[in-house]
Amino acid sequence: MSSSTTEIPTPGNIVAAPATTERKGLTKKEIAADHPTWCPGCGDFSVLALYFKLIEKRKLWHEKITTIAGIGCSSRFPYFVQAHGAHYIHGRALPFATGVSLSRPDLHVFVFGGDGDAFSIGGNHFNHTARKNVKLTYVVMDNWVYGLTKKQTSPTSPLGFKSKTDQWGAIDYPINPMKQALAAGATFVARTTHSNPNHVLAMMEAAMDHDGFSFIECLSECVEFYEGAFDASNPRKGGVFKEVPKDHDVTDEMAAYKLANDPFPGYFGVFYKNPKPTKNAKEAEIIRANQEKVKGLKDWQILQKTFDRLK
Amino acid sequence: MSDTPTAALSSGNAPKFSKVSEAVIRIAGNSQDGIQAIGGFLARLAGRSEQEVMTFMTIPSTISGGPSIFQVRIGSGEVLSAGDEADVLLAFYQHSYEGHIASLKKNGIVLYDADHVEPKPEWKDTYHHVGIKISSLTIEAIGGTAKDKGKNIFALGLIARMFDLNLQKLEKLIQERFGGKDESVVKNALLAFHAGYGYSLGNVVETFKFMDSQKRDRHQVVMNGNEALAYGLIAAGVRFGAGYPITPWSDIMELLRRELPKYGGTFIQCEDEIASVSMAIGASYAGRVAVTGSSGPGIALKAEAAGWAGMAEVPIVIIDIQRGGPSTGMPTNVEQSDLNIAVFGGHGDSPRVVLAPANVEDCFYMAIEAVNIARKYNTPVYILSDQAIATRIEAFPEPDLEKVCQDITPDLTPVAEHKPYDLSTADGTVQRVVPGTRILNGKYPIATGLEHDEMGHPTGSPKLHLQMTAKRRKKFQTLAATLPTPKIYGPSEGNVLLVGWGSTEGPIREAVDRARAAGDSISSIHIRSISPLPPGLENIFSGFNHVFVVEINDEGIYSQGGQLAALLRSRYCNPAIRGINKTDGLTWKVKEILAAVKTKIEAIKNESVNA
Repeated sequence: MSSSTTEIPTPGNIVAAPATTERKGLTKKEIAADHPTWCPGCGDFSVLALYFKLIEKRKLWHEKITTIAGIGCSSRFPYFVQAHGAHYIHGRALPFATGVSLSRPDLHVFVFGGDGDAFSIGGNHFNHTARKNVKLTYVVMDNWVYGLTKKQTSPTSPLGFKSKTDQWGAIDYPINPMKQALAAGATFVARTTHSNPNHVLAMMEAAMDHDGFSFIECLSECVEFYEGAFDASNPRKGGVFKEVPKDHDVTDEMAAYKLANDPFPGYFGVFYKNPKPTKNAKEAEIIRANQEKVKGLKDWQILQKTFDRLK
Repeated sequence: MSDTPTAALSSGNAPKFSKVSEAVIRIAGNSQDGIQAIGGFLARLAGRSEQEVMTFMTIPSTISGGPSIFQVRIGSGEVLSAGDEADVLLAFYQHSYEGHIASLKKNGIVLYDADHVEPKPEWKDTYHHVGIKISSLTIEAIGGTAKDKGKNIFALGLIARMFDLNLQKLEKLIQERFGGKDESVVKNALLAFHAGYGYSLGNVVETFKFMDSQKRDRHQVVMNGNEALAYGLIAAGVRFGAGYPITPWSDIMELLRRELPKYGGTFIQCEDEIASVSMAIGASYAGRVAVTGSSGPGIALKAEAAGWAGMAEVPIVIIDIQRGGPSTGMPTNVEQSDLNIAVFGGHGDSPRVVLAPANVEDCFYMAIEAVNIARKYNTPVYILSDQAIATRIEAFPEPDLEKVCQDITPDLTPVAEHKPYDLSTADGTVQRVVPGTRILNGKYPIATGLEHDEMGHPTGSPKLHLQMTAKRRKKFQTLAATLPTPKIYGPSEGNVLLVGWGSTEGPIREAVDRARAAGDSISSIHIRSISPLPPGLENIFSGFNHVFVVEINDEGIYSQGGQLAALLRSRYCNPAIRGINKTDGLTWKVKEILAAVKTKIEAIKNESVNA
């Protein structure tokens, strides 16, 4: 989407102020807000740093992005970014962000959150936002544990994980976020890990450029409550970072599903990318067709026509 | 029927008309018979004839079919309620006849479909029975394989003849309603209508004519409360909404889904109630005030999000079309039992604005008021409508749309700086700056549910929590001071003051009129703003020995009155405030209110004797 848009067609023609002078890209200093409250060594720092890098690299403006989150450690994200943002309630960041995206097509809408927010309390919103193909980017920082509330089992905790709510080890089968996203109809599904910064940035860029609902699962280690969870995916810790094979067809849903089935540490990269008309575009088309019928009329005159039929 | 002069059962050929000022007609059948269509035609005709009209309907909560009624009261003077008793009952089936004969006045007229109804001999002396083979006459009139489809229109013809209604206007209404479909549909409808109209009623039943009504300056529009709310939102400039289907709220979301695209807006059906309120709040945050709504159970689900809007100071309008509760309750019946959840249903100290429309016209204007309060005070605003207003049709003077329609598009012009939670403003309000606006000092606001500093960044500071809580409270105190004191209907001093809110205004006023005519000292007020309450109520209450709060809800655990009564008692510490309550799922009848007042006064007398 061009950031020089002066007139937004739908819904409701909110007209962006024209740029007055040529502006230089933002520096990291200008993008950073509060110092993050995360624990030293938390994987989320790397996601934040790469979001800054994305803004720098792609020359996004403060006022053109909106950063939205729910509740959780990772959901503190908006406070650390110098831009319009909202820290909403637990699990409901996606419908909130949908309201922003549908009414403001001039904005880049980024949603950050954790595995509890995305797959437990907000599970149903994940499915529906994906199937509706709302234009926004959703980065789930998956740490396999509830960190903010200090070590309870999360929907992605592996079997046997000992937490304060599963003292004998987790007994519930974990959710596979990639399968969940594919089954829900997400049109862009990617997987990355905080320990590979270049890869995180590449995935974010690809997600941002996707016209539709773009989902990234980013493994993000909780050093406090689940240390070493992702070592097997980190070559520096003796693990393997296995990229999606070069010959993988990203439009092949079944092939993507097979990638998702690979046991941990699994594959990293874009599993699936298959653009379909977005909800934003479909709503805009309904609006266009309806406005065509009342062309030239002011809003009160349209309502007057309706009232004339109610006499 | 009021003001009926000497009965004029015609003896000659030319029909003689008795002049009436108003009439209550109840149509009883099954929900698929199109009886609501007859009621709709009558209501619309009354609107076009400068008459007042009010309707009342019951619908079964079954998926398809089931007994249903539509009552319409048309008058040349003021019509305040749908009427306690019917002058005419039109019964399609035996169950309609037996179930609704009691709603008919003594000597009232029952028109029944002789194809389906076997009249009871014991009722023949009490009511004037007129049997007409409505079903077979309709089939005969339309011919072909129409079965009895169209018998509602035949019945409309009968009523039109009986009340000498304007034939041309009705024909035009039928053409408007059925036009656009297959030509034969209009043709058949008119055939059925003329057959009914031409049926020779004159020999068997009295015929009537409405007295001329006062000329009005403006045309009237005719609609129900849900339509009025929805169109009011459009006039207010709302261009985004989100909802989830639930009776009786769904009509509003269907209407907005259909209408908003014409105005460049949209309404989204969500996966659930929480997504709906969240999406609407998101859209509000991003620009214009948006709307969500529901009925009882759905309102409970939206509670956490409404708390966020209160804390984050993001405007949102939440409509609650109340129905019988708790839980799934009685989905197609009326109750006023969501006042507490609307006023108090937030966690933490989270005041909110709660408004309640008094009639259909009020729905239209209150929607605009709600949007403007939400914008000015950056707060959730609840509109407490109910099933009775939602479904009843009224005629009201057409609003001056050019004047009332407003544009609430946000201004995205860059600003030098912005503090979303500025503590220095006198009234606690701050003009919002929405995403897309460049802020030249480079400091951007975060909308948040955490306690925060003036920029929206989290804080654990005891001092800030104290200051921010006070700031949020102050907004409501500021708003309260701007609200008009309710006007007293009747003298400002006396024995009894009836206090109402929401859909009960009409029957309460009619009760006051009737009781005053009988010599009682009684007045009433109607409260439109439940939270905050308007100023001046204390003074009003002090003018009366008894303050009875009339509500469609329970008298409460301590039997001190319903939900508004409890609120008023705790606010004004006035023991004269008591409740008049009922929970039968139906609107108040005038005679029920009058009987309850009598009983209440008796009981209070006995209390003081025993004490």
